[in-house]
Amino acid sequence: MNKLKTAFDHGKAAVTFLTCGDPDLDTTAAAIRTAVENGADLIELGIPFSDPTAEGAVIQEASLRALKNGVTTDRVFDFVRELREDVTVPMVFVTYANVVYSYGAERFLSSCRDVGVDGLILPDLPYEEKEEFLSVCRRYDVALISTVTLVSAKRIPMIAKEAEGFLYVLANGGGSRTADEAHAALGQVMKTVREYTDIPCAVDFAYASPEQAARFAALADGVIASSDAVKLLAEHGSAAPAYIGDYVRSLKNGISV
Amino acid sequence: MTNENGRFGIHGGQYVPEILMNAVNELEEAYNHYKNDPEFQRELTTLFNEYANRPSLLYYAEKMTKDLGGAKIYLKREDLNHTGAHKINNVLGQALLAKKMGKTRLIAETGAGQHGVASATAAALMGMECVVFMGEEDTIRQALNVYRMRLLGATVVPVKSGTATLKDAVSEAMNEWTNRIEDTHYCLGSVMGPHPFPTIVRDFQAVISKEIKEQILAKEGRLPDAVLACVGGGSNAIGAFYHFIEDEGVRLIGCEAAGRGIDTFETAATVNTGRVGIFHGMKSYFCQDEYGQIAPVYSISAGLDYPGVGPEHAHLYDIGRAEYVPVTDDEAVDAFEYLAKTEGIIPAIESAHAVAYAKKLAPTMGKDQIIVVNLSGRGDKDCAAIARYRGEDIHE
Repeated sequence: MNKLKTAFDHGKAAVTFLTCGDPDLDTTAAAIRTAVENGADLIELGIPFSDPTAEGAVIQEASLRALKNGVTTDRVFDFVRELREDVTVPMVFVTYANVVYSYGAERFLSSCRDVGVDGLILPDLPYEEKEEFLSVCRRYDVALISTVTLVSAKRIPMIAKEAEGFLYVLANGGGSRTADEAHAALGQVMKTVREYTDIPCAVDFAYASPEQAARFAALADGVIASSDAVKLLAEHGSAAPAYIGDYVRSLKNGISV
Repeated sequence: MTNENGRFGIHGGQYVPEILMNAVNELEEAYNHYKNDPEFQRELTTLFNEYANRPSLLYYAEKMTKDLGGAKIYLKREDLNHTGAHKINNVLGQALLAKKMGKTRLIAETGAGQHGVASATAAALMGMECVVFMGEEDTIRQALNVYRMRLLGATVVPVKSGTATLKDAVSEAMNEWTNRIEDTHYCLGSVMGPHPFPTIVRDFQAVISKEIKEQILAKEGRLPDAVLACVGGGSNAIGAFYHFIEDEGVRLIGCEAAGRGIDTFETAATVNTGRVGIFHGMKSYFCQDEYGQIAPVYSISAGLDYPGVGPEHAHLYDIGRAEYVPVTDDEAVDAFEYLAKTEGIIPAIESAHAVAYAKKLAPTMGKDQIIVVNLSGRGDKDCAAIARYRGEDIHE
């Protein structure tokens, strides 16, 4: 039984993204442990890719820093295996289709199951292309996470209907919007989503404050802080975990009221 | 050649973020409508003939033929098109399509700058806003084209991420499209990226082989034995190949940029050195490391300096219909100078890769055989760089 859903058992979930090996694997491990101690319910662990085309500059740079430090897919699996000795919070990988394809989907996903990774997010794998990876994911009980955006419109029903694990709701991009406009658009999207699925939904937005995160969280089951921890790592390097702990604590408190 | 999901054999597809799916679907729908619309086709043909100087000449390179002493060599003069390269064919098609779709803004990536210049040109002609993304490294290599784009009213955004070349310009343009879909069309410059781009760009470039076929039949009364073209993403090559794919007797030869050689890391010869992967919206061959990290490729030619190849080429290679041969910097520069001195034609350094292979191939063939080389662009833009390559510093 995939334990991803348990991430949403403790009130609104706080999801934290970290790029594996930025600036080094020891710091990533410390950041994950601190985030979990301070209330992170789900960790998204980025396997660095040379050309993360769907990301902004913050995550692009983190990816390149990690690669420069010699992080490879094999080292990431070793890293998670070791981490799993004490870290039990649900974890998903975020990477690009080529990283999985090149490693071999079968080999990649069987390794995910072996080391205890519960889900996989591939930003460049839309609904239309998922079949090739989905069958392998199912064989190894790794949830292939689906995404809807504020411009998905009539695509939402088919995506939501087949979504597994949790639904990633991207509230950034697709045009410039104020926070209020994004919030209103999100409300519409969530209304449609709820007609087609009851799996947990986590919202990714460039939150300006824990209060704002709380407003968005109210519409869903959790919030994804996709670049905040990465920013702290870029700024503080190996001293970042303490700041990440504070950040996650205030986020979790913010969305729990 | 395409099936419904934009597949060419196992290649192609639509590996783009969810946020772009409606945009590519909208484009596909519009294209499927307009490609069969006689009015659209009539307007495009008028633009080709009255604005872009089509049909382009099929020129018998007599001196080159005699000098090499083998097959008869014809040059398809895409360098004589308005803006100096084949890129205009695709851009006029896409700009017209974008306009019909109600878009007011074109964005584009560019390597050598030819596609950027063509996009800026079409935008000026059709009264659209234009933003061109260009690797910072390439803005230095191709400073003249940067100025031409600005002169035509476009904004040029130097891309500093990654290797600061064509691949990064593509990534940045895709990202920009993600941020602004409503009024913006991404005018992709090659037969790559997510479906429907490889098909759309192929169809607009296929005018090249359509003309070659008519022209060679008129001149020689028969089809050529080989058609040669340089391949980066592969748009001029697929354009030159397309109407010959069913003609099994015509060898189709794509000339890849080997850079300093395919046994070195400084190469961009994707089919020769790459593996199947998924990147920039498509499944195809890519230069990559054992973990699927995209390789920082190299070629003297900014237009061929790309780690992937269009999915239809990947398929033509898989089924053995087309051959892909490596051509080094040295060979291309020699051919650049050779064509200038022999025929009085300065080819783009990209096209010089195809000329270089023709120099090797022609002497191995009989005098009754025919080679057509697609001269995809003119070489004015490359003169300063080639001078530097030869140790001479000239000021543009």
